[in-house]
Amino acid sequence: MTDTTATPARSRSIPSLKVIGPVLALVLLIILGASLNSNFLSYGNVTNVLARSAFIGIIAVGMTFVITAGGIDLSVGSMAAFVAGVMILAMNSLIPTLGIGVPLVLAGMVVALAAGFAAGWVNGLLISKVGIEAFIVTLGSMGIYRSLITWLSDGGTLSLNYEARSFYRPVYYDGILGVSWPIIVFALVAILGELAMRHTAFGRHCAALGANEQVAKYSAIKVDRVRMATYTLLGMLVGLATIMYVPRLGSASGSTGVLWELEAIAAVIIGGTILKGGYGRVWGTVIGVLILSLIDNILNLASIVSPYLNGAIQGVIVILAVVLQRDRKAAD
Amino acid sequence: MTSVLAAEGVTKRFGPIEVLHGIDFDLRPGEVHALIGENGAGKSTMMKILGGYQPPTDGVLKLDGAPVTFADQRGAESAGILMIHQEFNLASQLTVEENIFLGREKKRGFLLDHRAMQDEARSLLERLNCHVDPRTRIADLSVPNRQMVEIARALGRRARLLIMDEPTAVLTNRETDILLEQIDRLRAAGTAILYTSHKLDEVRRIADRVTVLRDGKHILTRKAEGFTEHQMAEAMVGRELSDLFPDKPAPGTETVLEVEGLDVPGHVTGAGFALKRGEVLGFAGLVGAGRTELMEGIAGLRPSTGTVRINGKALKRGSVLAAREAGLVYLTEDRKEKGLLLDKCLRENLTLLALDKFSGLRIDRNAEEAALDTAIREFDIRVKDREMVAGSLSGGNQQKLLLAKTMLAEPQIVIIDEPTRGIDIGTKQQIYGFIAELAKAGKSVIVVSSELPEVIGLASRVVVMGRGRIAGELSGPAITEDRILRLAMNIAEEAPTEEPA
Repeated sequence: MTDTTATPARSRSIPSLKVIGPVLALVLLIILGASLNSNFLSYGNVTNVLARSAFIGIIAVGMTFVITAGGIDLSVGSMAAFVAGVMILAMNSLIPTLGIGVPLVLAGMVVALAAGFAAGWVNGLLISKVGIEAFIVTLGSMGIYRSLITWLSDGGTLSLNYEARSFYRPVYYDGILGVSWPIIVFALVAILGELAMRHTAFGRHCAALGANEQVAKYSAIKVDRVRMATYTLLGMLVGLATIMYVPRLGSASGSTGVLWELEAIAAVIIGGTILKGGYGRVWGTVIGVLILSLIDNILNLASIVSPYLNGAIQGVIVILAVVLQRDRKAAD
Repeated sequence: MTSVLAAEGVTKRFGPIEVLHGIDFDLRPGEVHALIGENGAGKSTMMKILGGYQPPTDGVLKLDGAPVTFADQRGAESAGILMIHQEFNLASQLTVEENIFLGREKKRGFLLDHRAMQDEARSLLERLNCHVDPRTRIADLSVPNRQMVEIARALGRRARLLIMDEPTAVLTNRETDILLEQIDRLRAAGTAILYTSHKLDEVRRIADRVTVLRDGKHILTRKAEGFTEHQMAEAMVGRELSDLFPDKPAPGTETVLEVEGLDVPGHVTGAGFALKRGEVLGFAGLVGAGRTELMEGIAGLRPSTGTVRINGKALKRGSVLAAREAGLVYLTEDRKEKGLLLDKCLRENLTLLALDKFSGLRIDRNAEEAALDTAIREFDIRVKDREMVAGSLSGGNQQKLLLAKTMLAEPQIVIIDEPTRGIDIGTKQQIYGFIAELAKAGKSVIVVSSELPEVIGLASRVVVMGRGRIAGELSGPAITEDRILRLAMNIAEEAPTEEPA
């Protein structure tokens, strides 16, 4: 950023712990991982970690906007499973008309994005226009989507046609210059999200709305529309994550995407976004996602602590992140 | 007479900044001691030190003549020193009784003794002439009643010294009268009272002694008798005060805003008036007359029916954005809850209303910074640091920032609700100047105010509201306090006061 007007006291002093805390934690984890296992920094492992982070990461970027605007969405995990199910059903039923090929995959992608959009839009509508609390609405829709996918798959698994799956597989496993597609898409979403949050009117409006809805309303901000937009955006990003997820396994079941919502929310909070809204940062969320995946990865690679304790450690990290941020604030 | 509490040479520093320089101050039983000064003069800090919320950096506090240090506000409270805050310190979801006894509940065995607490709460409130059921939730009470509950709470704690921070800022004239009577009663019962207010007429009415602070320095302490409001104001500001109000600009002839048959359900019925270019139109009335609701209805902040025309073109109802785009903006009376994002920096606050002027796809940060420079200069906003959050500005500077934010939308019509609530006389004068300049520059201004001198001093025409209706209109020399009040309270006068627009 250029500082052309040269006014005093504009430049910030040393970044505070609140700002660099998550970065420090990430660096420490990388050092820890590298010292425990020589394979940790290998191309294969890094790609694997990043690609697996991409699903939660893409969703968490959307979640950052929802939380910044003072909302919450608990339904994203089951929404992802439901969207994946709808996408697979649609693709299977389109094979006779479209055949196996690019049009089929594109049609599947359109269906996934549209389903995500619709699901997010309904959440947003109930929250902002009907005025039901976000927690309640998304707790309800979480149950509804989870139940719908279980019903659609008849309690088992919905599988994509075998040939279609083979054709679609590269979307997860291939990429450009050795970087796989999920990583590229995640990076793009993160960069666009960061720009939108910090440098557009939409991002500013989300923060204003989360900080004080009344002030936002009195400042001629269309509060309902901004709130709707955050949930709809999140829904579309769930659709996008699903597009990356389906080619990995080629199936969806009642256990797809379980607890993704909590991982996404945890990543947002670790990244320094305030749970009650008013302040959010997308880059922090990206770091939060990476921290969570690295913990999982390190536990799997190193045999010091059982991988079964993954959840416990992640839980501790989330609580610690919030405590550290609060201490900073109290010290001001 | 020994003082209940005295401060000797009290100094307070925050980091390198000294905000109080060796203040001597004492409070005696059965005496109302008023502490006055402009915003930022150090009144709040002084009160916080006396109330035990902050320790002094230097100097001593003496309780009944003996040096004392309060560990915290509870320490002061157990010595009988209670502070009543401008922003209430009540739990809004609890009942009156629960609030009065919060932290010192009466028990019978393990269980709460509701009956005893309710009885005592009722008798405390009755002493204050306040007839509120102790079982009511605070959230369901009116603002003045909440004030009474605060006082009852303090009385219940056997207050020997009551520190009142602008107790009348949110009260109407009638409610103020009741409060002042209560203060008289408390004084007669031997309670020491520290009283702050920006309303100097009140200070003159109630105070026995007055202390003036300016820039953290003790300017004078004297008997209130014979201390005129003008003298007080000059002592506070430290210079000769020329006329508080600027000359009234002459309004143009062209009508810019017409309101016809406007209903705001539950608050306003059939309101109609017109506004001319370059005019300052005052809106007076008692609290609850529907002035704010009418203005919020016009500005699209509340549902309303009826016609609003700007420059002859009908304005879509219920859209703040449409109103802003048509050139009409409303500046709220509640700057802390509805006007500014207190946790956000000045820049983000300034450009929030007119953000589209700074953003195509991307917000132009440099243009925002430039706008902040201009706003700080033009509106004389006193900032310590450009990156500070709006909440750390003093009240007067917050109001200037809010004004700057509103003007950034380049409106043609500005509705300002309570332009000077809770701000000091020096800043008031500045804001009156801004309002007159706006009108001179061809903009039209509506000033809604509960302070009659303000409406009378600024407006060339005054609309008076009562009970959700427009009660009448006064212009020119007919604008007097007496006539406004008669219209507002619907009391007939010998001669008809209603004049054609």
